[in-house]
Amino acid sequence: MPLVPGVVKGLGITFKEVVKTVVNGAETVQYPHEKEEPTPRARGVIALHEENCTSCMLCSRECPDWCIYIEGHKTLAPPRRAGGKPRSVNKLDRFDIDYSLCMYCGICVEVCPFEALFWTPEYEYSEPKIADLLHDKTRLGQWMETVPDFEGYEAGADVKAKKVPR
Amino acid sequence: MTAVSDRRQLAYVAAQAADARVNIELEAEGMTLNIGPQHPATHGTLRIVARLDGEQVVEAEPIMGYMHRGYEKLTEVRTYPQVTTLVNRIDWLGSFCNEVPFILAAEQLMEIEAPPRAQHIRTILFELGRMAHLTLFLGDLGVQLGAVTPVFYAFRDREHVLNQIESATGGRFHPNFDRIGGVKDDLPAGWIAETKQSLTKVTDFCDLIEDLLFGNEIFAARTRGVGVIPADVGLSYGLSGANIRASGVDWDLRRDAPCGMAWDKVDWQVWTHPDGDAYARSWVRLQEVRESAKIVEQLLDTIPAGPIMAKVPRIIKVPEGEAYVPTENPLGEMGYYVVSKGGLEPFRVKIRSASFNNMSIAPWLLKGTYVPDVITILASLYFILGDIDR
Amino acid sequence: MLFASILDAWWLQTIAKSGAVLAVVLLPAGLTVYLYLFKMVSFMQSRLGPMEAGPYGSLQLLAELGKSLQKEDIFPARADRNVFAMAPYVVLTSTFLLAVVVPFGPNALFTDLDTGVFLALAVSSISVIGILMAGWASASKYSLLGGLRAAGQLIAYELPMVLAVVGVVIQAGTLNLQQIVYAQINGEIFGWGALGLPFILTQFVGFLIFMIAVQAELTQVPFDMPIAESELVSGYMTEYSGMRFLMFFIGEFATAAIFAFLASVLFLGGWSIPPFITELVGLEVDSAWFNVIGPLVMVTKMLALTFVIYWVRFTYPRFREDQLQKFAWKVLIPIALVNITITGILKVAF
Repeated sequence: MPLVPGVVKGLGITFKEVVKTVVNGAETVQYPHEKEEPTPRARGVIALHEENCTSCMLCSRECPDWCIYIEGHKTLAPPRRAGGKPRSVNKLDRFDIDYSLCMYCGICVEVCPFEALFWTPEYEYSEPKIADLLHDKTRLGQWMETVPDFEGYEAGADVKAKKVPR
Repeated sequence: MTAVSDRRQLAYVAAQAADARVNIELEAEGMTLNIGPQHPATHGTLRIVARLDGEQVVEAEPIMGYMHRGYEKLTEVRTYPQVTTLVNRIDWLGSFCNEVPFILAAEQLMEIEAPPRAQHIRTILFELGRMAHLTLFLGDLGVQLGAVTPVFYAFRDREHVLNQIESATGGRFHPNFDRIGGVKDDLPAGWIAETKQSLTKVTDFCDLIEDLLFGNEIFAARTRGVGVIPADVGLSYGLSGANIRASGVDWDLRRDAPCGMAWDKVDWQVWTHPDGDAYARSWVRLQEVRESAKIVEQLLDTIPAGPIMAKVPRIIKVPEGEAYVPTENPLGEMGYYVVSKGGLEPFRVKIRSASFNNMSIAPWLLKGTYVPDVITILASLYFILGDIDR
Repeated sequence: MLFASILDAWWLQTIAKSGAVLAVVLLPAGLTVYLYLFKMVSFMQSRLGPMEAGPYGSLQLLAELGKSLQKEDIFPARADRNVFAMAPYVVLTSTFLLAVVVPFGPNALFTDLDTGVFLALAVSSISVIGILMAGWASASKYSLLGGLRAAGQLIAYELPMVLAVVGVVIQAGTLNLQQIVYAQINGEIFGWGALGLPFILTQFVGFLIFMIAVQAELTQVPFDMPIAESELVSGYMTEYSGMRFLMFFIGEFATAAIFAFLASVLFLGGWSIPPFITELVGLEVDSAWFNVIGPLVMVTKMLALTFVIYWVRFTYPRFREDQLQKFAWKVLIPIALVNITITGILKVAF
């Protein structure tokens, strides 16, 4: 038999926790009065930088849930130099992400070859109606303001931090 | 008038039928009790049909499949990165651990090896997932036995591990970080120092649980000698993980088959216990959490510099072949048997999940136990429904 | 009686006493629910508990009351309607009857029975019937298991409770609760009368056994096999919802408070404060001031005892049914019998 029976030690532990909570405050965050900052890499919502998007449809194809809807058309833009041919560029008509389907896996952000999609840690966008969870082009563009800058890497990393186009 | 009397007639007939059912049951031996599928003690939608004689179980049969999501069929129509996303959700508590055997099998088929830095990072995240998983087990053990406070300490202290996983991968529960040939991204600055601090919180929690729960005489009375699994019976039923190590079998895939990961580069030990009862299984898992913290500490100190991704083409087509890679997941041995016909998607993936095989011992083990012991045994066997049903 | 001079009519007295009984049962229940179930357990678990309803969540119980009142009164289809409906009332009956015998001051009591202890212990067994009624009438196997476990456990733990109190009765020489309080005030510890003689000092073993038996009578962890939240969901209370569930819930906390009142009367000196303080202040031991101070003193002692009850409840895992029974029959009852024998011998010798 140990000197202090285990049952008594257990009581001591819970009492100590009571004292700790009274003195130091609780470990819980009193949402919505106080909010915790998620980490910069947290996958909250996806933002779209429209100028970089060329409607290549890669994100829409690779999405496991097929929750991205893209429609675009080709127009002619003025040539880069005077006297050249007019270039055909893709213009986005519609770029919707349905967040009621989205799995927050990040495949679309990863496969985009033109760096048009970015993660932001924003998470407070719940809606009373499910249909409002379909974020259209404008709203996705507004999320760009909340995209944090890419932070540096640990020592020994081979890669360099990329820049977010603002 | 006719409608009322029809309803009354129906009620009368229904009452007669109910009485008849009760009479049949009273005459039959024992009472059939459905534990689940909605029950606080089964970790999800597991159903155990138990025939009771008073408070003793005469026979018990687990009925699985209430959470079947058709993973193996889904993998036939998804590309490899998409499958990696999906399999996070099989064993959702240690989700990085689900991606690893699949990616290792695909890498085996492609005959590429991830660079050392990627292997280190993979192993660190794997062990962090194990710590998050097993700390929840320790808290959950208390709740199943009636102690409501340890589970809050478990959630409170595993937040630190989840925060670290989130800082590195972006997702607390579903990291989706492993890629064929390496990992998705490198570690952010300051991550190593923060992770070391969170390790101390987890080891402090282990000491707290040892005093609060394992040192408690009531806990010892509830778990010692309950649900004893002899080593040969356990092996014949295909138990794996801490369940079989608690019966004295020295079997750990991290040491015996460490392909593609960095466990052989650190100094650690395998914990076993000779008793094979519920106390032994819980104790082995407690020691495994502490051992994981030691492994992560050593790995954090020795991460080699270098690239995190091997040379893989942009569009990944895995050549034809079959590969099976098992790893030592927190729940036991998990393995993916990947059959590829050279396309973008696997042809067939068979998922050998640990909890499905662990549950197969339930009918043998639960015979002759009391109803409270059924709960103790299920708690100590530790399964996740997503892992059983896939 | 306190109100004899003001209200002579017996029916006015009855109404006043009924209101007072309601207050004695419900106010401590509300106080202990807030302090211990909402706040102490939360602080033990590193969280703050309810904070939104009222300042620091003090009105949370009122919010729960309002929520339960507006819920649908559900009867399971195969339930025995009358028995199912009456079970919470039967359990509450035993709580109210128990509250009637507790003295709160020299004149602030409901009845002065010569066999107060006997009535208290007898009446506390009525709740067993209520629990069995709830378990059987719910027409659910989980409730049935809970009810049967409760029957075995509550009957088994009645005996240690009674035997622990017998030691106090022998020492005080009377079954009258008010006289037991006076015996503690007027008693002396080896000739030193400054503290009186709270029976916890001489009947320490009896006190421990009484508190353990009370924990089991309230079906609190570690003796909560009848409820066993992780196995039986709520045991005999599983099929109850809304106001009926709240009645069980309040009954459980009110009974804990009343048992704590009883324990403070039997072991801690009841409504009295140590005699040297009363002499310091210059009051008589049974002055009318104690009709005001007495209830406050009782509430303080009750809070201290319920603190221990809930501290144990939120820390330990639960016993299995056979371990429970073994503990009662093979450990508690022999120790209580030895305690009685020794008390008897010492009482005759000194």
